Amino acid sequence: METNEIKNKAKLVEAFLKDKGLVKQHIDSYNYFINKEIKNIVKANEKVLSSEDAHFYIKYLNIRVGLPDIDDGSNVMKSTTPHECRLRDLNYSAPIIVDIEHIRNNQRIRNTNMVIGRMPVMLRSSNCVLTNKSHYELAKLNECPHDPGGYFVINGQEKVILIQEQMVRNRIIVEEDGKEIIASCNSFTHEKKTKTSIVGKAGKYYIRNNMFQDDILITVVFKAMGIVSDIDIIQMIGEKEKYLDKFIACIENCQELGIFSEKQALKYLNNKRRQTRSAQSYAAKFSVIDEMKDLLAANVLSHVPVIDFNFRTKALHLALMIRRVIDAQSDRNLIDNKDYYGNKRLELAGSLLALMFEDLFKRFNWELKMIADKNIPKVKAAPFDITKYIRKDTITNGLAFAISSGNWTIKRFRMERHGVTQVLSRLSYISALGMMTRVHSQFEKTRKISGPRALHGSQWGMLCPNDTPEGEACGLVKNLALMAHITTEMPEGPFIKLMRNLGVQIIYTCVGGELIKKDIYVVFVNGNMAGIIKESLVLQLVHQFRLLRRMGYIDCFVSISVQRRHKCVQVSCDGGRLCRPLIIVKDGKPLIEEKHMNYLEMNLWTFNDFVHAGLIEYLDVNEENDSLIACKESEIIAQTTHLEIAEFTILGVCAGLIPYPNHNQSPRNTYQCAMGKQAIGAIGYNQRNRIDTLMYNLVYPQRPIVKTRQIELINFDKLPAGENALVAVMSFSGYDIEDALILNKASIDRGYGRCLVYRNSKCIIKNHPNQVMDVILGQSLDAITKKPIPKHDILENDGIAAAGVMVENKKVMVNKAVSTRSGNLGPSRSDNFQSQDYRSAEVSYKGSVPAYIEKVMVSSNAENAFLIKLLLRQTRRPEIGDKFSSRHGQKGVVGLIVDQEDLPFNDYGICPDVIMNPHGFPSRMTVGKLIEVLAGKAGIVNGKFHDATAFEGAKVEDLCEELAQHGYNYLGKDLFYSGMNGQPITGYLFFGPVYYQKLKHMVQDKIHVRAKGPKVILTRQPTEGRSKDGGLRLGEMERDCLIGYGASMLLIERLMLSSDSFQVDICNKCGLMGYNGWCQRCSSSSSISTITMPYACKLLFQELQCMNILPRLTLKDYCD
Amino acid sequence: MEAKSENPRWVMREHEVFKEYARETSSKATALKNYIQELRIEIVREEDKELEFDIIGCDISLVNAFRRILISEVPSMAIDKVFIINNTSLLQDEVLAHRLGLIPLRADPRLFEYPPSGRKDEEVSEQDTLKYELKVTCTTHPQAPKYSRLPEDMYRNSKVYSKDIKWVPIGRQGDMFPHGTEQFSVLENDILICKMRPGHEIHAFMHAVKGIGKDHAKFSPVAPARYRLMPAIELTKPVRNEDADLLQSCFSPAVIEVVEKETSSGEKYREARVKNARYDSCARNVYRYEQLKDCVKMTRISDHVIFNIESVGTLPPAVLFTEAVKVLKNKCRIFLAELEHAGV
Repeated sequence: METNEIKNKAKLVEAFLKDKGLVKQHIDSYNYFINKEIKNIVKANEKVLSSEDAHFYIKYLNIRVGLPDIDDGSNVMKSTTPHECRLRDLNYSAPIIVDIEHIRNNQRIRNTNMVIGRMPVMLRSSNCVLTNKSHYELAKLNECPHDPGGYFVINGQEKVILIQEQMVRNRIIVEEDGKEIIASCNSFTHEKKTKTSIVGKAGKYYIRNNMFQDDILITVVFKAMGIVSDIDIIQMIGEKEKYLDKFIACIENCQELGIFSEKQALKYLNNKRRQTRSAQSYAAKFSVIDEMKDLLAANVLSHVPVIDFNFRTKALHLALMIRRVIDAQSDRNLIDNKDYYGNKRLELAGSLLALMFEDLFKRFNWELKMIADKNIPKVKAAPFDITKYIRKDTITNGLAFAISSGNWTIKRFRMERHGVTQVLSRLSYISALGMMTRVHSQFEKTRKISGPRALHGSQWGMLCPNDTPEGEACGLVKNLALMAHITTEMPEGPFIKLMRNLGVQIIYTCVGGELIKKDIYVVFVNGNMAGIIKESLVLQLVHQFRLLRRMGYIDCFVSISVQRRHKCVQVSCDGGRLCRPLIIVKDGKPLIEEKHMNYLEMNLWTFNDFVHAGLIEYLDVNEENDSLIACKESEIIAQTTHLEIAEFTILGVCAGLIPYPNHNQSPRNTYQCAMGKQAIGAIGYNQRNRIDTLMYNLVYPQRPIVKTRQIELINFDKLPAGENALVAVMSFSGYDIEDALILNKASIDRGYGRCLVYRNSKCIIKNHPNQVMDVILGQSLDAITKKPIPKHDILENDGIAAAGVMVENKKVMVNKAVSTRSGNLGPSRSDNFQSQDYRSAEVSYKGSVPAYIEKVMVSSNAENAFLIKLLLRQTRRPEIGDKFSSRHGQKGVVGLIVDQEDLPFNDYGICPDVIMNPHGFPSRMTVGKLIEVLAGKAGIVNGKFHDATAFEGAKVEDLCEELAQHGYNYLGKDLFYSGMNGQPITGYLFFGPVYYQKLKHMVQDKIHVRAKGPKVILTRQPTEGRSKDGGLRLGEMERDCLIGYGASMLLIERLMLSSDSFQVDICNKCGLMGYNGWCQRCSSSSSISTITMPYACKLLFQELQCMNILPRLTLKDYCD
Repeated sequence: MEAKSENPRWVMREHEVFKEYARETSSKATALKNYIQELRIEIVREEDKELEFDIIGCDISLVNAFRRILISEVPSMAIDKVFIINNTSLLQDEVLAHRLGLIPLRADPRLFEYPPSGRKDEEVSEQDTLKYELKVTCTTHPQAPKYSRLPEDMYRNSKVYSKDIKWVPIGRQGDMFPHGTEQFSVLENDILICKMRPGHEIHAFMHAVKGIGKDHAKFSPVAPARYRLMPAIELTKPVRNEDADLLQSCFSPAVIEVVEKETSSGEKYREARVKNARYDSCARNVYRYEQLKDCVKMTRISDHVIFNIESVGTLPPAVLFTEAVKVLKNKCRIFLAELEHAGV
C-alpha cells in the first residue's frame, strides 16, 4: 500500500520530550505521590484512638506538602533552592502539613497547618522551586536549565531512587517448577502482600499460601468459602470431560477427608494454619470459624474483594486458576513467559516513597497513641493536648535516612531492600541522564540465569537494546528507551462501571457455570474479574473502549487488550506499566496529516494535543500485542493499526549518542554506552558554582560534527563531552599496538584533550554540647625566624588558605583545632583560650601534583555548625597512558606523543591530531566509525553537521559524492607525506574527523611507585594500596615461580629483608624468644642466639603463646 | 608539460602510490655539482603572509628538512609566563594563561636573545623578555540602550580581546624601541580571550620570550609550512564528448579543458586535454568511473616540489625560509665541527 511519508516525524519526538522532559517518569510518579497518594494514605489511617479514653481521638482532615524551605538559624523558615542545599549539605525538603481534629478536655478542637514532618522534595516536581521556571530564572537560582531533575538532595548529596523492575501484581501467572505446574498470583493491597498459588501435582490440585503450613487440597478451600456442593465446584471449573477427569480426584480426596460442610472445612483449615503470634491474639475475641473466614478473606487472593463474607468472586478466581493449570498441563504453550515485559511493573520513586511514608505515618500514629495512653490517665493541671507531643523527627528522619542510605525497610510487608538509592553520578551530563533512566531488576546478580538477562521481544521500544553493563549485572540493569513512559496509578472503580455500561455482564451476577462456556470471555480490570462478555461482542467492546480513549473520555494511559488463548480481556490502569506513544493508522493511512505537523511547526500544538485529538495513543506492552505496528509508512498494510513515531526511539539516551549505530557490531554499541558515562566534558551550566567531591571538566568541549537526532534532543550539543579530532588511520612507530593512540604534540599544546579536575576539601567547625567550639587557628610561626612554618605558608590570617593559591603536598589548607574536652560536660571557662585544650586537626592537601584553590565557601550546615568547603582545581594536559575513546566502543590509551613535524601531512599541510592503528577495525567491525569519518569529512568541507541517526543517517553514497565535489577522494583516503623522510607514503591514509571522548581514567590518578615507605603497625610489613603509598606485593604465584627457579636468596630478600625482617633473641635451651640477650624463662643469658626472621612470624609465635600453644625453635648451625 | 619524462615519478593508482623505477644516471663524484647546477627555485606567488615557490631538482629529504625546521626550530616570540594579579573572570588562571600564550605577537624574534635557563621568574632582562599587561574590568554600561539585551550594549568590556594586551617596556626598552607599542603589539586585534560580566576583572602581567616550536607549538612561526609534489596527469587514450565532461569534473577546476575538434571526416567532437595539472587536488576520483579508469595516468614528479609557507604574520615567509636555511646551515656547521673533532 502506498502511503505518503509524514514529513519531519521526528519533530514529534522533540515535542514529546519538550512536554515530558527526559525523566518524566520519576517526576510524574513523585507528583502523584505528594498530591494524591499521600491523601489516600492518610485517609486510610485517618483516626488515632486511645485505648485509655474512648472519647479521645485524633482525626486527620487533610494533608499536603508545602514548598521547600530551610531554617535560617533562628527558627524562621525561609524558602530555599536546591543549589543552596547542595552547597550547604542540607536536605531539600518541604514541610508535610496536616489539618487535624482532636479532643482536648472533652472538646473537639481543630488545628490547621500542623507540621508533622518533612518530605524530601524531588527536583522539578510540582512542589520544587524550579518547576515552570524560564532559563533566566533557573540561572538566577544557580541551576542548569538542562538538568533533568528527578532526584533528591539529602545532606547536600544528590540521590536518585532507581527504577525497580518487578513482577506484575494481582495477575495470574502460570509457571513450571520442575514437574509441577503452578498458577500463582501475587496479591498486593495497601495492607497486605500475599502470594496464592494453585499447584497441580500427583493428579490433584492444591492451594499454596503462606498462612497454611503446607499445601491444602483445593476442594477444601472451596467448601470453606461456602461453595459446598460438589456440583457447584465442578460447574466453576468445567464440565467438560478434560476438566472432570483431572479434577475428580480432588473431589474424592475431599470426601475421604470427611469434609462435607463449610464448618468442617474451616475447622480443617484452622488445624493446618501456620501459628503466628498475631493469630493468637485473635483467638480471644472470635470463634475459630469466624476467625478462619476472616483470614481466608484477607490472605487468599487478598486483592479480590470480599463483601459480607461472600466468597464467590474469590472462588471464581480460584477456579479460573485451576482451569489454567489444567489447560497448561495438556498444552505447554499456555505456560506464561516470566520474562515477557507485559508481566513486569516498574516501581518508581513515588510508589517507593509512598510505602515508606505509610510505614512511617503508621509508626508516627502509634507513637501518638502511646503518648496518649500514657498521659491521659495522669491528672495534670493543664488538660492533655496531643498537639504538644507531635514530634516531627519520626517522619523527617525516616524519609531522609531511607533516601540517603538506600535501605528500604517496610515493616508491614517485611520488606528489606538495600541499594534502592544511589548518588547521582555527575561525571558527565550523560552519566547523570543515564542514571535517571536506569532500571534495576530484583534478580540476584550472582545467579547464572539467562532468561531475565536476555533481550526479550516485548522490550522493543520500551527498553534500550544496547545500554546494559557488562559482567555480572548484564541484562539485569537496563535503560529506558527515549519515548518510554511509565504509568501512574489510577482508580479502577470507574472502569468497572464503564465495563458494565459497555455490555459486560457483571461478575456478581455470575454463578460460575457461565464463565467456562465456550464463547465467553472474562473481563479483568487490574487482574480482578469484572464480568463476562460474549466472544462476538469482545471486539466491539475493545473497539468502543479504544474509541472512548482516543476521544479523551478515558485517560490515555489505560490499556485494554484481548488475550485470546486465555479467553479474556485485560483492562489495566495500575501504575508502573511501560508504555509508549504510537501514531494511529486507520484504513492503511496514518491519521497524522501535514496540517497537523504544521500546527506543531507553528507551535500551536503540543504533543498532548496529538493525543487528545486521537492521532497518537499510548500502548503498553500488552496492548502492543494486540496491534500491528509498522516501522515505516512504506510498510503499512491493510491490517496495520499503528505506526512508529521514529525508529531511533527504540534506543535510549546513551545509545543515542552513537553515530550510525546500525552499522556497528552490537556489543560495540554496548561498550560505548558504558564508556559514554565516563567521558569528561561539561556537566551542566552551573558546573562552576558546584563544589562536588570530584568533578571532571574539559577545557574546550566541542559538539560533535557528526550528530544524531538524540544529541539535539537531549541537549548533548549544549553540554558536550569530547572533541573532534582529525584522525588518520595508519600504523605509526609501533607505539600504537593494542589500540594505543598516537597524539600530536602541537594539538595538545593548543589545548586538545586538556581537562580540569575539581576536588573539594571539607571542614566542619563543630559546636559541642558543652559550649565548647572547635576553632580555626592562624598561622603557626617558626620560633626563630618568626615566619610561618612551611606547611602553613599558604594560610591567611584567618587560618584558611585563600582562593587562587597553589597548594602542594602536605600543605595545610584549614588550620582547624578540635577541643579535647568536648566529651566533658559542664561549661568551660570561656574567658581565656588555652591551647592545650585543643588538638590540631588540620585539613591538609594530599597529592603529588599541586592544585589551585578555586574558591572557599564558609557557611553553616543543618546543625548550625560552620561549614568550610574548599574547591581545588588541577589542569591536566593529556599524557602517555591517558584513556581516550571514540563513540564506537573503541577505547585506547595514548601510546606516544609525537612532535608535529614528525607526523604525516597531506597536500594542504594538515597533520592528524590522533593516529589510530587500522588493526582496530577488522575484528571490531565498527563500520559506523568509518562512516563517521566520511560524514565528518564531508561535514567540514561543506560547513555543516551531518546527521548519523540510527536507521536514517546520511547515506554513504551522498557523502562520497560530496567529498568528490570538494576535491577530496571519494573514499576519504588522501595522499600523505611522511613527516620524517619527506617521501609520499605508499598507500593512502583514511583521514577525517572523529569525535573523541577523554575518559576519566588518567595516569596521574593511577601512577604509583614506592621505594621505602610506610608500614603497618601490627605486622611491620609495607602498607597496601596506592592511597597509603603501599608497596607492590610479591604474591603467592610470583613466589612459586621463584621457588621453582630456586632463587632462594632472592626469596629471602623479597619476602623478609625488604619487608619485615626482625632480629629475635632465641634461647637455645628452651627454644623460646628472649630479649636483649636474656632468656626470662631460663633466667640465663648463657645460650642466646640472635636470628633474623619476619616480624609477622614472631608475631604469630607470640599469638600462639597467648592461645596456650607453645612454639619452640630449635636452632642448628647452618653448616652441619 | 614542463617536466621531462625521464624525471622519476610517483605513480598514483587507485589504491596505492609507488615510485616508478628510475635509473640513477648521475655519478656519485659529480653529484653535488649536478645538484647545484640543476637546482632551481622559482617563486610562484608571494603575498605578505604566504609564499609559494617551486624547488626543482632537489632531493625531497632536503626540502623536508626545511619544512621541519620552519615548524619547529625557527624561533618566534610568545607569552611564556603570566603573573596574575587578579582574575575574577570565569576563566581559570591556567586556562587564561594558556590562551594568552597562544596569541601571536608582532615582535621580531631576531631582536632578542633566548632566555637563559634556570632563571628565576622575577629576574628579567631587556635583552630577552618583553613585558605585557592586561587589565580589563567589566562594568555595566551607564548609558546602555534601554531595550537592548545584548551584552555588548549592556556592559563595558564584556569581551576581552587580544588588543587589550598592552606592551610595557622594561629597562631601557622604551628608549631602544621608540615604536615599541606598534612594534611589539599583538598580531591580531580581535582574538577573543574571555567573556566577562560586571564585577569581573582580569589583571595580569605577561612575559614573552623567544622560543622554538619544539618546546611549544605557540613558538612556531608558520601555520603551516608544507610542500607537495608537482602533479602530472597524462591522458593515455583520447577521451571524448560526455566522457570528456565527466573527466573534467573528476579533477579540480581548470585542470582539464575540453576542446572542440574535428575528425578528418569533418565530424565534430569534443576532446579532453590536460591544461594545467599544477593545482589539481589529486583526489583520484577518475578511478570511480570504469570507462575513464584506464585513460588516465596520474603521477607526481618527485623532484619538483611545490613549497608553501604560510606565516603567522610576524615575519614575511621569505624571511622565515632564509631563517630556516640559516638554522640548517648552523646545524651543518656544528655537525662538521663535530666530525672534525672526532678526527675523521
